[in-house]
Amino acid sequence: MAYVPHTESDRRAMLAEIGLERMDDLYDAIPKEVRFPDLDLPDPISEMEITREMLTLSEANLEVQHVPCFLGAGAYNHFIPSIIDHILLRNEFYTAYTPYQPEISQGTLQAIFEYQSLMCNLTGMEVSNASHYDGATALAEAVILALNQHRGKRHKVLLSPTIHPHYRQVVRTYTQGMGLTIVGDESLDTSSAMLAEMIDGETTLVAVQYPDFLGRIEDLSSLGEAANKAGALFCVVVNPLALGLLRPPSEFGADIVVGDGQPLGIPLSYGGPYVGIFTTRQQYVRKMSGRLVGETVDSRGQRGYVLTLTPREQHIRRDKATSNICTNQGLMALATAVYLSIVGKQGLREVAELCYHKAHYAAEKIDALDHYSLWHRGPFFHEFVVSCPKPVAEINNQLLDYDILGGYDLGQEYPALADHMLIAVTEIISKEDINDLVTVLEEVSHD
Amino acid sequence: MEFPTDLKYTNNDEWVRVEGDIATVGITDYAQDQLSDLVFVEVTAEVGEKLERDATVAEVESVKAAAFIYMPVAGTIIETNVELYDEPEIINADPYGAAWMFKFEIANPVELDELLDATAYEKYCQEREH
Amino acid sequence: MTEPLVYEISSPGRHALRMPEVDVPKAPLPEGLIREDLPLPELSEIDVVRHFVRLSQLNHGVDTGFYPLGSCTMKYNPKLNEDTARLPGFAFTHPLQDPETAQGTLALMYSLQEWLSEIGGFAAVSLQPAAGAHGELTGILIIRAYHKDRGDEKRTKILVPDSAHGTNPATTTMSGMEVIEIPSDERGNIDLDSLRGHCDESVAGLMLTNPNTLGLFEEQVREVIELIHGCGGLIYGDGANMNALLGVVRPGDLGFDVLQYNLHKTFSTPHGGGGPGSGPVGVAEHLVDFLPTPLVDVVEEGDEVLPPLYGFVTPKKSIGRVKSFHGHFGVAVKAYTYLRLLGKKGLREVADFSVLNANYLRVRMRDVYHIPYDRVCMHEFVAEGRWEDAPDIHALDIAKRLMDYGFHPPTNYFPLIVREALMIEPTETESLETLDAFVKAMLEIAEQARSDPELLKTAPHKTTFGRMDEVKAARQLVLCCWPVERDES
Ligand SMILES: Cc1ncc(COP(=O)(O)O)c(C=O)c1O
Repeated sequence: MAYVPHTESDRRAMLAEIGLERMDDLYDAIPKEVRFPDLDLPDPISEMEITREMLTLSEANLEVQHVPCFLGAGAYNHFIPSIIDHILLRNEFYTAYTPYQPEISQGTLQAIFEYQSLMCNLTGMEVSNASHYDGATALAEAVILALNQHRGKRHKVLLSPTIHPHYRQVVRTYTQGMGLTIVGDESLDTSSAMLAEMIDGETTLVAVQYPDFLGRIEDLSSLGEAANKAGALFCVVVNPLALGLLRPPSEFGADIVVGDGQPLGIPLSYGGPYVGIFTTRQQYVRKMSGRLVGETVDSRGQRGYVLTLTPREQHIRRDKATSNICTNQGLMALATAVYLSIVGKQGLREVAELCYHKAHYAAEKIDALDHYSLWHRGPFFHEFVVSCPKPVAEINNQLLDYDILGGYDLGQEYPALADHMLIAVTEIISKEDINDLVTVLEEVSHD
Repeated sequence: MEFPTDLKYTNNDEWVRVEGDIATVGITDYAQDQLSDLVFVEVTAEVGEKLERDATVAEVESVKAAAFIYMPVAGTIIETNVELYDEPEIINADPYGAAWMFKFEIANPVELDELLDATAYEKYCQEREH
Repeated sequence: MTEPLVYEISSPGRHALRMPEVDVPKAPLPEGLIREDLPLPELSEIDVVRHFVRLSQLNHGVDTGFYPLGSCTMKYNPKLNEDTARLPGFAFTHPLQDPETAQGTLALMYSLQEWLSEIGGFAAVSLQPAAGAHGELTGILIIRAYHKDRGDEKRTKILVPDSAHGTNPATTTMSGMEVIEIPSDERGNIDLDSLRGHCDESVAGLMLTNPNTLGLFEEQVREVIELIHGCGGLIYGDGANMNALLGVVRPGDLGFDVLQYNLHKTFSTPHGGGGPGSGPVGVAEHLVDFLPTPLVDVVEEGDEVLPPLYGFVTPKKSIGRVKSFHGHFGVAVKAYTYLRLLGKKGLREVADFSVLNANYLRVRMRDVYHIPYDRVCMHEFVAEGRWEDAPDIHALDIAKRLMDYGFHPPTNYFPLIVREALMIEPTETESLETLDAFVKAMLEIAEQARSDPELLKTAPHKTTFGRMDEVKAARQLVLCCWPVERDES
């Protein structure tokens, strides 16, 4: 059953209309020797059986609704208001295509326009695209924007070592054929002041993360200034939820703000689909990749929305386009728009503050333990680094025995941080969860 | 559709007005009609820049297309028409007049002989209609 | 009938969601880093619900009506997919938790990799890419890396047929290689002579869409592939049109070296109003080492009692990471669900009935609409939306008028090689009755084009919105709105 509605007599009538005898005649253009392979695939099963099978498979996983999750590192377990899924399950939204025909796609178009507006207001920037695949690919697109802004005349990209390792890897993958020099992230010790000193006339883009991958926050104004002075673009990778509390990067002179929208109402879903935020200054709008919705009026004088500035895109500019992006993350962008609408001005600040206070409580308690200490003493948002008495993987295994999902093992990506754990605390974590974590950490440090 | 006879033309739908050793360039009536409503113009080359024939000088966009404008012959850019930036619709209204895009000093006048005259260009446009 | 913007219905002090009290001692907030103003809307829950429900009602989706949007495979999206992707054990797993605690997830990803490999005739599949175009970039970077690895540095060109989707040339440019456009011949195939002329040792590969964007199976696909392989190039397959080939022919068996699948098209995962998609990439044996990281593999074989242990591996010469974490897992769950339900038999039915439906429409329409390459098509076909005796009518007018009949229009103006293109893809999930109703509408519109062209030029009439002023949108850019009080100050 392939959701095909045809009856046997429909099929025969249609073949007759086409003037063919058998279904197989439809494929005469295909080389005979390779036609109709015998595929080694499972037999079909019923909806009832699949439901059972999927339940079994899914239950083989540890899931964060049942254990406190102190794991973050770019994907965070936040509370998702019920309303979001009810909206995402409106089939007029999820069974539509990209809104090419505005007269019958105003729902999607206005929702994207609102998403763009919310992202601009949150990041303090002037324009937002309709989304990228994720935070990592958005950063790669920021690099490409900068290259085009400098008309390919500058070839150096400075990346802070505390941008999410995956993001830096994706930038390198994307740009491997572009002849760039990507530097700055060789050593974890490279501070933003040191980055500022590395900027020169060859530098097209300087990027940092805020809060950085290790959770830290700092005023980035002088780095932004240094970049602008040298004519390089300044890109800030953000956690959008933190912007409920923290100063927006526009205040640091950011030219581009990117980030992953996952914390804004999108389930962890083992890493995707999420949504890549991309906002910038008005002056770069034509260099920005991705879809863009603009306001206009219809033939009856009503306000309406359309995809605009499309000649930037691949379907018109083809090999001259600066990006190949076509399908983006429409439904996920909608999820974040619904999230920001339901939590609103007051709610986002509350969520961010809850994260902040709980994380600081946890950090203080852990720092007070004998064998653990905070690696960093400055300001941080909801994630912090703890130096541990033994390998993080070992500790995490032991935490699991107590039904606690421990933090991220930083040694995997930063050799200098072997035996260091990155701990994230969101509003979902209760005081008891934190106390339990602290108790178990203490306990496992003895053996 | 107009094809003024005092101008020279390129296969890329630019017109060229030659006055002494100075050339003025814009896009033709045919080109603006094909592109439909122009919404964006940018001369990407800078004044003083020395460019070879076929080098990219400007970019235009309508709601449904993008096009590049190239040097019809080699030369040095001496002036660009920034007025167009705010009112790209001038290109639709007056392609051969107010909508000139840039002027340059001709490096090598013999190259001009390879440009099309009005009759040849009109024929070239007609061919593409079919 | 327009719906106000979220900022317009906002009211200062209104508050929807209640968060719990802070249950820990408050820490001092860092000085100089706290924002002053947070310009977000203030709404109640019912405001938000009504707002987005009303917006949804302004949309046409597959569940609303027929959606024959060519190249997009707008088939029915099984509701079951939505349920399985939301099972807590899938939706609430963290991408960085120890893979040993996510064996259900990895098992699913592994099976899907295997099934997609089998369907396409490839040695391995990566689920990393986020959409079709992302898969293209991945595949082209793999081709580039393959040549470089062999020390074959001169291969800098990718041949792209003129009928190709815009993502193909754009992808090539992003990869740092050069696009060479190859014309089509009068039967809608790649022009072999022209192709031959470009086959030399500077060719890195050819991007081939098969069936092509005219909905036609390349009749000389064997020759094309031989030519490219003969000069040392590789074949990239744009698998956006895989719907027609399921169980019918495997691109790998034809000699394709790499191909992306569009799970949001062929495998029904829905399109979500513009994503999320998923664009897994399949490769032949010689390219497996170049796949993006990470891949799911069996790291410890199972036995009668124990299932195998799955883990992540990095291919030896991997092009790197194309996305954070592990691709669009949530979309993969939907494709898995769909494939499980269809099985081998159902897959073949998908191809059969999508091809039958397209050919039925083609034959029913061809006396009235000119079909420039009129032969047995695959899952879609391209008609011209123009008539000599209706000189003012464009494909766009036909598209807009179709909305008055409750249908989503076909794709307009693509492929570029057909004038006034109407690209029609019915998909297998549409019934004969729906197709007949669509034909009836198309025939009536063709009559109206002559008898009452204004009716088309001013269409749509029955929709909530009329045609949008796109010129105004582009000339007077309004790309976002701000809190209403900001306007007043
Ligand atoms: C033929 C073809 N290739 C590639 C793509 C790009 O796929 P996606 O939109 O998923 O990036 C599309 C989709 O529009 C397509 O139709």
